[in-house]
Amino acid sequence: MSCALGIDCGSTTVKGVLFDGERVVKQEIVFTRARPKERMAEIYSRLYTPAVCCTVTTGYGRALLPQADKTVTEITCHARGASFLHPHIGCVIDIGGQDCKAISLDSLGFVSDFAMNDKCAAGTGRFVEMMCRILDCPPDEIERLVSGASPVEITSMCTVFAESEIISLLADGCERGDIALGVIRSICRRTAYFAQKLHPEGQVFFSGGLAGHEVFRRELEGFLQLPVCVHELSQYAGAIGAALIGWEKLHRKG
Amino acid sequence: MKLIDTLPEVFESFNEQRKNSFITALQMKEQGIPFVGVFCTYLPQEIPMAMGAAVVGLCSMSGETIPDAEKDLPRNLCPLIKSSYGFAKTDKCPFFYFSDLIVGETTCDGKKKMYEYLAEFKPVYVMELPNSQSSDALELWKKEVIRFKEKLEQHFGTVITEEQVRQAVRLKNAERAALRDFYSLMKLNPAPMLGQDLYKVLYGSTFKFDKEALIKEMQELTAKVRAEYDPQNSPLKGRPRVLVTGSPIGGVTEKVIRALEDNGAQVVVFENCSGAKSIDEDVDADAADIYDALARRYLNIGCSCMTPNPNRIRLMNRLIDEYQVDAVVEVILQACHTYNVESLGIRRFVTGEKKLPYISVETDYSTSDTGQLNTRMAAFVEMI
Ligand code: SF4
Ligand code: SF4
Repeated sequence: MSCALGIDCGSTTVKGVLFDGERVVKQEIVFTRARPKERMAEIYSRLYTPAVCCTVTTGYGRALLPQADKTVTEITCHARGASFLHPHIGCVIDIGGQDCKAISLDSLGFVSDFAMNDKCAAGTGRFVEMMCRILDCPPDEIERLVSGASPVEITSMCTVFAESEIISLLADGCERGDIALGVIRSICRRTAYFAQKLHPEGQVFFSGGLAGHEVFRRELEGFLQLPVCVHELSQYAGAIGAALIGWEKLHRKG
Repeated sequence: MKLIDTLPEVFESFNEQRKNSFITALQMKEQGIPFVGVFCTYLPQEIPMAMGAAVVGLCSMSGETIPDAEKDLPRNLCPLIKSSYGFAKTDKCPFFYFSDLIVGETTCDGKKKMYEYLAEFKPVYVMELPNSQSSDALELWKKEVIRFKEKLEQHFGTVITEEQVRQAVRLKNAERAALRDFYSLMKLNPAPMLGQDLYKVLYGSTFKFDKEALIKEMQELTAKVRAEYDPQNSPLKGRPRVLVTGSPIGGVTEKVIRALEDNGAQVVVFENCSGAKSIDEDVDADAADIYDALARRYLNIGCSCMTPNPNRIRLMNRLIDEYQVDAVVEVILQACHTYNVESLGIRRFVTGEKKLPYISVETDYSTSDTGQLNTRMAAFVEMI
């Protein structure tokens, strides 16, 4: 049995999956922590088996794995991975650690247009990390923190200013949960406006690490006015896309 | 008037290459050749050429002097405007330094306001370019062309005859034809060279003042490329063919072309200024009224400072077909409002009417976005 290996090296985490032509048979994830090359090597050695016939890398560190047979951008990989997890979607939104992308797909699941916000940390995972740090809330407790909260308005457009805004809101006695929900809404609003430039239609797939938090999905849906779906492997969408592309490369060769 | 013919005080601090271009310019000045510095494709170069002046392009393409410019100008302004102003202020550009007259036009808002400050320390003349291409506009532009001729006569104490203007038109037409023949080589499929090499030749040609020599050189180069063309064994086979449009590019913004071509695409034609926009059309040298012919030809240019701007679409439409273009990339300089706003219409035309992929990128003269540009262009190429 042969397999394809896909690795997505992002700024926050490195993800890898093994794909056997039908399904994802194994996945791994580690934090990047400023060492993309070492972390990619680590994921590679954890997933590599002699059955691996093709390795494809993606993400900002995609050029750093010497064993890779091919590198593909995260735009193409997220699109492929997402339409594998959820066929018939019209658009993919990925909120990554240092950028945010919206990709529209044609009826065959190929990229027809995309937009990237890569100039500014607002509206990216970095904004959420900052929020968690200031509010002293581990990421897996976000959901609990915001349940039943009524959001406060966050007006700052920039991560640096938003940080001081949060600090003064705390000083004013605002609830942590209310602030957190306010921050999440501001990220989702910005992401939705940005994605709307592509005039998305149909179902939207939400990929990347934040897709694991229901509150992000719900808020995004509210601002987009379109159904937003996620998958338990949402965070691996890029890696899955890379593995799929590797698999096709293998099979085109025969 | 006396021409500027001494070196600037900062000369000694320059590197070899820059010193050399100052020396070359100085030698021309010593032969009594006046320099007329220009910014924009709308300027009828034939008029200064008619009095034997060298027409030098002053659109600066490097970020080097932007910090100096930002002492006077807002930060959030097009880098081309800031950089040009900065070079003028610091005497770091030989062409600025030796320009006996600098001519601007009322094109975009940023430029026309910048000229007001430039005039405080350089001899500046501004032509009033209308913002539309109506018959009234043509009448005004024709008057402006004649007034410009009179300004040159008065400034340099000379007379420009109609015959000299016609001569210059013929020479300029021949130059345009030679450049056109060269870039038309890219109609071949596969293309005979990379877009970055084509661009270097086109950009370099604007710094060659001996037009006769330039024409000959271009003809030889065209013949050479044709002779060496080997479609069967071309390493450029099968690359998607890209048309580049938008703000003027060059220098640092060449990074976009490089990002495209490093990721497997092939730029086959430049619609921007320094590409087809400024070279495509000739002036009717035999027209009864040569000033009318000049005014018509130059007012026709499809720049985004015109409203509406149908000629840009018309030119793109033709180029897309002639060059068998697969995708369009628009490069917009940061804070360039006219091209930025017009990009919506260009996107609609390219994706709607021509059914081709389109992407626009906003960039400046820094290298800080090289990584992101690379990903963006790679993803775009994967999509074609
Ligand atoms: S883009 Fe427009 S304003 Fe700028 S040089 Fe070209 S014609 Fe002139
Ligand atoms: S690029 Fe745009 S803003 Fe800059 S000088 Fe040209 S027209 Fe003006």
